[in-house]
This record gives sequence, C-alpha cells and structure tokens, in this order.
Amino acid sequence: MKPEESATTGADLLVKALIDEEVEVVFGYPGGAVLPIYDSIFKQNRLRHILVRHEQAAVHAAEGYARSTGKVGVVLVTSGPGATNAVTGLTDALMDSIPIVCLTGQVPTHLIGNDAFQEADTTGITRPCTKHNYLVKAVGDLARTVHEAFYVARSGRPGPVVIDLPKDVLMNKHDYVAPKKPVQHKSYRPQTKPDPKKIEQAVEMIAHAKRPIFYAGGGIINSGPKASKLLTQFVRMTGYPVTNTLMGLGAFPASDKQFLGMLGMHGTYEANLAMHGCDVMINIGARFDDRITGNLGKFSPGSKKIHVDIDPSSINKNVRVDLPIVGDATLVLEEMIKVWKAKQPKTDQKALKAWWAEIETWRARNCLAYKSEKGTIKPQYALERLYHHIKDKDHYITTEVGQHQMWAAQFLKFEQPNRWMTSGGLGTMGYGFPAAMGVQIAHPDALVIDVAGEASILMNIQELSTVAQYRLPVKIFILNNQYMGMVRQWQELLHGSRYSESYMESLPDFVKLAEAFGAKGLRCHEPEKLDDTIKEMIALKHPVVVDVIVDQKENCFPMIPSGAAHNDMLLGPDDKAQKPVSEEGMVLV
Amino acid sequence: MQELASSHTISVLVDNEPGILARVVGLFSGRGYNIESLTVAQTDAKENLSRITIVTSGTPMVIEQIKAQLDRLVPVHRVRDLTVEGPHIERELALVKVKSTGEKRVEALRLADVFRAKVIDAKTDSFVFEVTGNSDKVQTFVGLMETLGLVDVGRTGIVAMSRGAEQL
Repeated sequence: MKPEESATTGADLLVKALIDEEVEVVFGYPGGAVLPIYDSIFKQNRLRHILVRHEQAAVHAAEGYARSTGKVGVVLVTSGPGATNAVTGLTDALMDSIPIVCLTGQVPTHLIGNDAFQEADTTGITRPCTKHNYLVKAVGDLARTVHEAFYVARSGRPGPVVIDLPKDVLMNKHDYVAPKKPVQHKSYRPQTKPDPKKIEQAVEMIAHAKRPIFYAGGGIINSGPKASKLLTQFVRMTGYPVTNTLMGLGAFPASDKQFLGMLGMHGTYEANLAMHGCDVMINIGARFDDRITGNLGKFSPGSKKIHVDIDPSSINKNVRVDLPIVGDATLVLEEMIKVWKAKQPKTDQKALKAWWAEIETWRARNCLAYKSEKGTIKPQYALERLYHHIKDKDHYITTEVGQHQMWAAQFLKFEQPNRWMTSGGLGTMGYGFPAAMGVQIAHPDALVIDVAGEASILMNIQELSTVAQYRLPVKIFILNNQYMGMVRQWQELLHGSRYSESYMESLPDFVKLAEAFGAKGLRCHEPEKLDDTIKEMIALKHPVVVDVIVDQKENCFPMIPSGAAHNDMLLGPDDKAQKPVSEEGMVLV
Repeated sequence: MQELASSHTISVLVDNEPGILARVVGLFSGRGYNIESLTVAQTDAKENLSRITIVTSGTPMVIEQIKAQLDRLVPVHRVRDLTVEGPHIERELALVKVKSTGEKRVEALRLADVFRAKVIDAKTDSFVFEVTGNSDKVQTFVGLMETLGLVDVGRTGIVAMSRGAEQL
C-alpha cells in the first residue's frame, strides 16, 4: 500500500490522536479555522463535543471535568478571538495546576504574520499562561505533538498546554503516528521518586516534633485519590493535626478530629495559630501562597519546615525551608509510611498532649460562629442548611470567587478529594458555573452545585443555554447580597466604607432569567423557607437557579488582614477597630 | 537578615526551536528578574541544540528560583550555574568603530595594539577594531576610545564555559 492511500487529513489525524489519548469529551466552539476538525468530529461517534457559549467557559468546563476525574480536560476553539477568549481559563488552569489540552485554530501557515482575518499570535499570547505550547507547522508533526502535549499536561506538575493548528495543516494528508508508551521526552523528565535519604530525614524530624502540623494542598489532589488515602493514613498514624489549603480541601476528611479546617486569610483560628506556633511543619503539595502565609516575615517563625513538591521551583520560592523533597505526593507518602512503620518511632506523647490541649483552646473560640438575625438569611446559615441536605448524597461543589467562595470553603465539609472545584490561584469570577457543567458531564448522575454570588454568576451566565441544550441538571446556588461582597468588605476595612462601584444595581430577576433559558428559577427571602427551597432544588432534575437573598452587610471572618501575621487575626466585626491595617498591608491585594 | 544580590553566569542547553528565546526572555521579564547579558546560538547541529548564556543578578534565593524556573521549561535540557559550580572562563567580543585623524588616529591604533585588538576595517579616517576578552577589558578599551573618536560599538555579550574536561 502506498503511503498516499493510507494517509488521512490533519483533522482526522487529530481526532484519532485524541481518541488514542482516551479523550471522551471535548468542550469547544467552532469557527472558520477549525471547520475541518468539526467536520471530522461530525463523521465519528467516539468523541463527544459539548458546545459552550463562550470560549472562556469551555476552558473552565474542561477544568471542572479534569479536577473531578483526574483526567486531562480538552478544549477546542477557533483562531483569533476564540483563542484570546480562552486565555483567562488557561491562566486559571496554570495557577491551579489543572491538566488541560487546548486546541486552537490558526490561519493557514502562508498567512501567518499577515494580520489575516481572525489571526492572533496565539503561541505568543499563551506562552506565559501555559505550561507549554506548540505551533504545528507540518501535518507530519501533528500526531506526535498531540501525544506529547497530553504527556506534558498530565505529568509532573500538571498544567494547560496549547496546540495551535493552522488550517492548511488540518487539511493536508499524512500517515498516523500512534502514541509511544512509556513516553520518554528528550528534555522534559519531571522527578517523581523522592530521594530516600531525605525521606529518612523527614521521618526523623516528624518523629521528634513537639508541636507538629501537616499542611497539605492541591498537590495531594493532583497526585490522585491514593495520595489522599495515604495522607489520611499517615496523619492518623502520627496522631498529628492537619490543615488543608483552599485547593487541598478533601485531601483529608473534614469530619476527622485531627482536621483543623482550612488555613490562610479566611482560614480557621486554630489552623492559623497552629501554623504560627508549630515546631515542625510538614507541607505536602502546597506552595506557601501569599493567601496562606500572610506577612512572610512573621510566618511561622519557630518552625522547621519540610516541603514536599513535585515542582522544584515551588520550593524556597516564598519561604525558606529546612528539608526540601522533590517528588510525587503519592510516592513520597508511600515511602514515609514505609520508613515510619519500619522505625516505629516513639513520639513525644507529653508534648503532643500539651500541643493538642492548646489547639483545643483555639478551637473552643469557635471562630466560624456568626450572629443570627431574625427574618434575615445569613449566608453562613444558607450554606449550613445546604450542607445538611446534600451531605448524604453523591455531590460535587464548585464556586465562583468572593465571599461566598470563602464561606463555602468554611461551611461545606469535604470528606473526599476531587469533590471541590474552585478558582484558587487566579481567583476567576465566572469560573464556577462552567466548571460545574464540566463536572456534570463527567458525573451525569451526581448532584453538582455551583455556590455563587450574584456578581460572579453574571460573568458566565450565557452558559445557561449550554446546560439547557445538554439537559445538565446543574444547580446554581446564589448567595445574593447585591454587592460584590469581598470588594465591599475590603472597602469597609481599608477605604473608610466608601463603597465605590461595588453595589450591583439593576440586577436581573434571576428566576425569570433562568426561565428565559429553559431552566428552573427559585427564590428565597425567609430563613424559615430555606430548607424547603433547597429540598425543591435537589429534587428537580433540571438545571436550577436558586436566588437566595442574604444579609447585605455580612462580612467573611475570621480574616488575616493583608500584611498581618497568622496570630493577628480578626475574629469578627467587633475586632476591626483595634487593629488598623498597616500602610504596608494596604498595598497588598 | 537581608541577603545580598550577586551576579551569576548561567548556561542553558535548549532545543533549538522557534520561540525558545521568547520563552526564556519572557520568563525573566514576567517574573521581574534581571538580564545583564544574554547570548544564544546553535551549538549542536546534529541534536539541534542551542546554548544560551545568561548573566543575571539576584539574592541566593532569587538565583535558585531562576534556575528552577528555567529548568522546568519543557525544551530546556540542562541548566548550570557556572558561578557556583567551580571555576569558569568568560569571554566577550566587541566591534569598535573609531573615526579620527592625525594624533588621535595613531593613539587609537597604539592602544588597540596594547589591548590586542585587531583592525578588521580601515579607511583613511576610520578603523573598526575587534577586541575580545572578559567584559572588564572590553569595557576599558571602549572607554579609552571615547576620547579618540568612538562612533559605534557592538558587543556580543558574554559566552562562558567551565574550566577542565567536564561537559555542560
């Protein structure tokens, strides 16, 4: 057989390569440059395409899909505006280490650089917001590039990868190249196995701790469900306290007595004070983000720090650590447990008892308490009730960004990994709803809820059209306070309550809006009716928008004001007068 | 304790592919690192590799971060900090154009001889000198030419290599 006879078009090769990479779903939006791909998709039935209503939503949906399954999320958009609209989603995925392969159309190779219609320098624009990107200039490179892109996206510290595909490359013909297993990249070889000597040292440090704390982040989730199991096992073996970052929620079961809740700017009092006062900190898969550390100069001053990360550039970036360990969280935890079991170390029970006693006094402050008001729904109460009704159901939570996100992190409890999808690093308003669509596609029978604010939800509200088309029973639970709540909170705290542009005037009627898109709309004003509303929402097998009218002035506490240290938290509204924010803190975001 | 910034010469072996230089330079500008000197050219035609030599400055923590960030770029094969990994040599080449006549012209030629600079172009009223050496020497030579009719300077930036038999 001559090669010409077996040769297929670039578009067909691409679809074949995606199927070989075990892709089941692609989130996308068509356009001129990608028409050959859409034609190839039309002619087969292995690959499912979900038509979104905006390219940003395609990436967030793929993120939700990826985060809830552990697979690579795939996006397909056209050239020019298709690609530039995807940029926010790509940056979001980069910041939160979510594996994405984004296929972008491009004008034909002979027109590149000519300012052709719908041309953009996609590889140039996406270079700083992807883990890696490719411009495929010849059809002969196409299949190999796709396989490499999937490997890069999912291995090491995961992240988004863009493949820019000129239209002539999609139409030219070539033979298919199947993926090689195992992949051996010529230069990219992330270290997954930890150095055994360092594991020994770590176990030694952990065993001798008097005031230890485990601080676990999104790296545990990215490493796979096994990492969460191992973390839980190791933490229970040691009897030490553990806290999770926003991205790490679910890595350790929230109902466990050893769990201190989330740490950081809106973390619990006990988690932050334990971080501040510990003598050995065991960071696994977290990156000492500024939302976690607060004032770096005052961050956990008396502790020896162990930092486990698959990305060497995360180590010693913000905080100097005493024992860096490069490796995959699963492999590191496996080794630590093995060494721990072999050595059977005697931990300092007396010191640990005193440490736990101290932690219990912090816990007794009940930092998440809030004041109820008759006739008003407090946002915290709404989430408590929501959790009460969903906790025994197979559920997934996504959020937008702002106060509601922090309350969701505080008041919803996560017992398992991959159940919590939120935009942590980039803080993208408009993330949660499309992410929920992606989760629902991956888990058709599960209860998927986007906890939203009325401002954030408007940033990708057009996706109601998508959930209607695919009959995705996503629930949008809006905590509507008619403010950009977090902006208003900061203006109250830092700018003399001058609420510049943070009030949402002319909000739509969310019930009618839902109905206009063919979804169901519910509204609730009174605390007494909240339970019924939530029950109705859960019972409905449609997409539902729930407009919960909550207290307009409620603020999110506890809070470490910017520039302050962990032991300098505001516990509630009455706390703020005593502790004005420093000028240094004002500069920080 | 405030850590002091110091200058480091870093060699990076990369795939010679489109966009690689933009990736490296973008990393530096995006993360706010300094580039004092940058040279790049293909060094291995068979494997299609290029060698980038970067002189940068920062505190030890920043330098460590720069190296880790470079190393995680997908087309990067190796990153070596020549400044900390043992003795190394650095060279730079400059082309220096001087326009003068009479005494000044003679003096320029005499100094060029002292600095072992070669004349690679000559007209009745101008010279182009080629001078190589470490950056200090090149800088000194350029400085001396300033009073003798300097009109143009082109410098390559630093290329560097470790001493001894070891490969990058």
